[in-house]
Amino acid sequence: MTRIIEQSPIVINAGLSSFAESIESAGGTAIQLDWRPPAEGDVSTGRLLASLVADPAVDKANELAFGRYVASRPVLTGVARAGEVIPGISERTILHSGPPIAWERMCGPMQGAVVGAVIFEGWAADADSAGALAASGKIAFDACHHHGAVGPMAGVISPSMPVWIVEDAEHGGRAYSNMNEGLGKVLRFGAYSDDVIERLHWMADVLAPSVGAAVGEIGGIELKPLIAQALHMGDECHNRNTAASSLLFKQLAPALLRTRTPHDDALATLEFIAATDHFFLNISMAACKTMADAAHGVDGSSMVTALSRNGVDFGVRLSGTGDTWFIAPAPVVEGLFFPGYSAEDAAPDLGDSSITETVGLGGFSMAAAPAIVQFVGGTPADAVAYSRSMYDVTLGSNPAFTLPQLGFAPAPGGIDALRVVDTGIEPVINTGIAHRDAGVGQVGAGVTRAPLACFTQAVVALAEAAGR
Amino acid sequence: MAVEKRVLSGLYRDSVTLMKCASRVEALAGIKQAGAMMATPANLDLAREAGLLQATEGVDAGPNDLLLLVDTVDSSAAESAFQEAERILSEVPAPSEGEEAGRPAPRSIRMALDAEPASSLVLVSTPGEYAASEALKALHLGMDVMVFSDNVSLADEIALKTYAHDHGLLVMGPDCGTAIVDGIPLGFANSVRRGDIGLVGASGTGTQQVTALIDRWGAGITHAIGTGSHDLSADVAATTMLDALEVLANDPATRVLVLVSKPPSAQVAERVLAAASAARAPSVVCFLGADPADIERPGVRAAETLEDAAALAVELSTGRAPVGDTADADIAGATRAAAEELASTQRFVRGLFSGGTFGYETALLLSKRLGTVYSNTPARPEDAIADVWKSVGHTVIDLGDDVFTRGRPHPMIDFRLRIDRIAEESADPEVAVILLDVVLGYGAHADPAGQLVPAIDAARELAASEGRTLAFVASVCGTDSDPQGLSRQEQMLRDAGVLLGRSNAHATRIAADIVEAIQGGAPR
Repeated sequence: MTRIIEQSPIVINAGLSSFAESIESAGGTAIQLDWRPPAEGDVSTGRLLASLVADPAVDKANELAFGRYVASRPVLTGVARAGEVIPGISERTILHSGPPIAWERMCGPMQGAVVGAVIFEGWAADADSAGALAASGKIAFDACHHHGAVGPMAGVISPSMPVWIVEDAEHGGRAYSNMNEGLGKVLRFGAYSDDVIERLHWMADVLAPSVGAAVGEIGGIELKPLIAQALHMGDECHNRNTAASSLLFKQLAPALLRTRTPHDDALATLEFIAATDHFFLNISMAACKTMADAAHGVDGSSMVTALSRNGVDFGVRLSGTGDTWFIAPAPVVEGLFFPGYSAEDAAPDLGDSSITETVGLGGFSMAAAPAIVQFVGGTPADAVAYSRSMYDVTLGSNPAFTLPQLGFAPAPGGIDALRVVDTGIEPVINTGIAHRDAGVGQVGAGVTRAPLACFTQAVVALAEAAGR
Repeated sequence: MAVEKRVLSGLYRDSVTLMKCASRVEALAGIKQAGAMMATPANLDLAREAGLLQATEGVDAGPNDLLLLVDTVDSSAAESAFQEAERILSEVPAPSEGEEAGRPAPRSIRMALDAEPASSLVLVSTPGEYAASEALKALHLGMDVMVFSDNVSLADEIALKTYAHDHGLLVMGPDCGTAIVDGIPLGFANSVRRGDIGLVGASGTGTQQVTALIDRWGAGITHAIGTGSHDLSADVAATTMLDALEVLANDPATRVLVLVSKPPSAQVAERVLAAASAARAPSVVCFLGADPADIERPGVRAAETLEDAAALAVELSTGRAPVGDTADADIAGATRAAAEELASTQRFVRGLFSGGTFGYETALLLSKRLGTVYSNTPARPEDAIADVWKSVGHTVIDLGDDVFTRGRPHPMIDFRLRIDRIAEESADPEVAVILLDVVLGYGAHADPAGQLVPAIDAARELAASEGRTLAFVASVCGTDSDPQGLSRQEQMLRDAGVLLGRSNAHATRIAADIVEAIQGGAPR
């Protein structure tokens, strides 16, 4: 029997605010919604959404997926050649960031990075023949995500490149990422000049074995505690990695010197890491990928397990809808530009690095790195507001990542596609901005949003899978 | 092109602050391009690439020095730019306001429930095409719902009510305009004394009329639950009314039950009346337009009008029937006086209503007394009016009908349509009586009488200029504790010469009395 008369009603008012005012003036309690039609006004999608909100089967699936995400324990276990460890790639595969995309559609920086990778691999001698080879169909392109990998910006990984190996010690999963080349003219922004290629070789021949030896000497580095500490030091581990890179350096340096690595190599390695503020980014991304993958594959779950872009498309994946990508045009990022550049020069959003936001870092932990929000004319209070707002689109929060500016509250984690579509609040992403032309490099940084259209499609698919 | 440099030694700022500074300097007059950086080799390279330094140009500055570069039209512009840059870099930002200033309002029902976990009811007044989805979410989240919105499909209504019934929840609506739970007004509702009468109504203004009269006659209510206008149809089968009846029948504080609706189908009526009869508390049932003989049974009294329903309920609650107002005798006199001043060519009643149920009740009562009454809520289907914008004969119009409210606020809030229509009717030489409902309470206009009186005065003037008088009759549905104040509203109307009934049924009788009494006009 209904309990409607058992208490004085506390009313949630969806619609005319005068009704809420009447309730309040009569001494009652009314919560006025800032309501707008969900799912961008599409009535039938709104209906499917409503059938899933607070549905017991969905809630149960989400509980399971979210629990796995929280329990995951990423550990940096080593370094290896991509071709030896990344599952399912051939010796003629090139992986890239974002959802799958054909060579012809790839943005400038990604094509440039592919050309650079082809030259690095020795499959072609110069840019023109590398481009011809890429267009010939003789190279297998695929999304990093399809092979347990993630890469920032162009995210190009080819078989001879060294990759970090991160293992989920709780569930046994593995994720991989390439190594950070530093800023400026680098492969991930599409540069493929001689010095870029030389650096890639040095990284494969000197850097990778050195850090691999150091990691082996340590016996594995627990990543959640390191990230947690970095969050207390001004990083959000997507666009701000200096503290995390420094903490990593503190662990690697003594270990490296204890190994048999020749002094010159050790010196060059340590100088490189010291000069590369974003060195930790790629490790952060691989760690986040293991956390997201732990939650992936739970039937009926609306939890987001990937946010990713390839400079053309923005892609979203849910735990409960398998490997389907839900795609919308990648937005152009609003932000601040380096001298000489403006929004006209910007490539649309690019990279797998939004795997960090997927698990509660980056834009979701913006409260920890207030300087980021200045990129869009904001204040530290705005940074806090961004983080707070993300609680409204997540299933919960991650107790491993606490934010001092929120009173050490755990960071919002486990994006719920249903909540995104119901509120219209798009997940926030902190990101660098690449030049739209290959080889120019980073031209700025800013804050952007994952497009609502991806989540709307995802909700429809989830409803279909649930037989609605 | 001329690039000038300025080095600020020993001044450190982070890269974001520097980029912001450069951005602001670039916006100054005469500046083509600007750069602000700590003079590290990497940053100097960036400056070279941007064309702010020559390829081999060195700078007398190191990584701990701040370097400003401007590409300008002339030196004075550069100097101003450097000074502005230094000023910007020395700014101490003000502490951000409203660090803990209220969070933005919740955007979804779930978000609101997270913020206020004790929330128990969702009131939905979104556009109709979204209302069912919002209601479904509320039910999933374990809350009762009132759907004020109309234009929700029958299939959706049935699905929502079935789910609610199966989960111990209640759906009031769709098209539910009024409810009062524990004294809290939901939608358009009056401020009504608490007492022991419980109501379930399929009509918003029907509920308002009954509750307001209960209050006028010194009794009070426990709760008034709305069911929405389609609940007693055969398809919906009174799901909400039956569930609401059950909860009030089991409520120890409710000692009298009142049910208000248009007549349901026979099968539905039987189920409802059987449930009412089985309740411990006595029931008063007003199915407007139904034959009382079909309703009367043990424990169930039939009321033909909303006023009767209130009167019977008050009698059951207090043991005494409400006495007639002392104003009754005055009304009889005023009725005669008004009729005497009307010409025999003035024959018709024009009822202009903001509450649909008032219009329907009036059409029923008038057609019994005066014959054919055209209406958009007709007593008989054959009396449906051809053009709602053009009165003919006796006409009763519900101005809250969709056709009038598309793109306009409801007539309980916005009086412009009714004001215009009063002017039109007053220009018709065959009009004798203009009959109005005036609804007070939460959600209604702050001063309905204040809106109507000027229109009434203007109408009288127009008629007078053509040698006619007009009779204005109205009832005010409200209480003294309503925001507008019943007594004050009634007095304003009386002062404007309006004859007031204490209820819509009473006002309707007055209108019929006037028409029948017009000198030289034979009652029809």
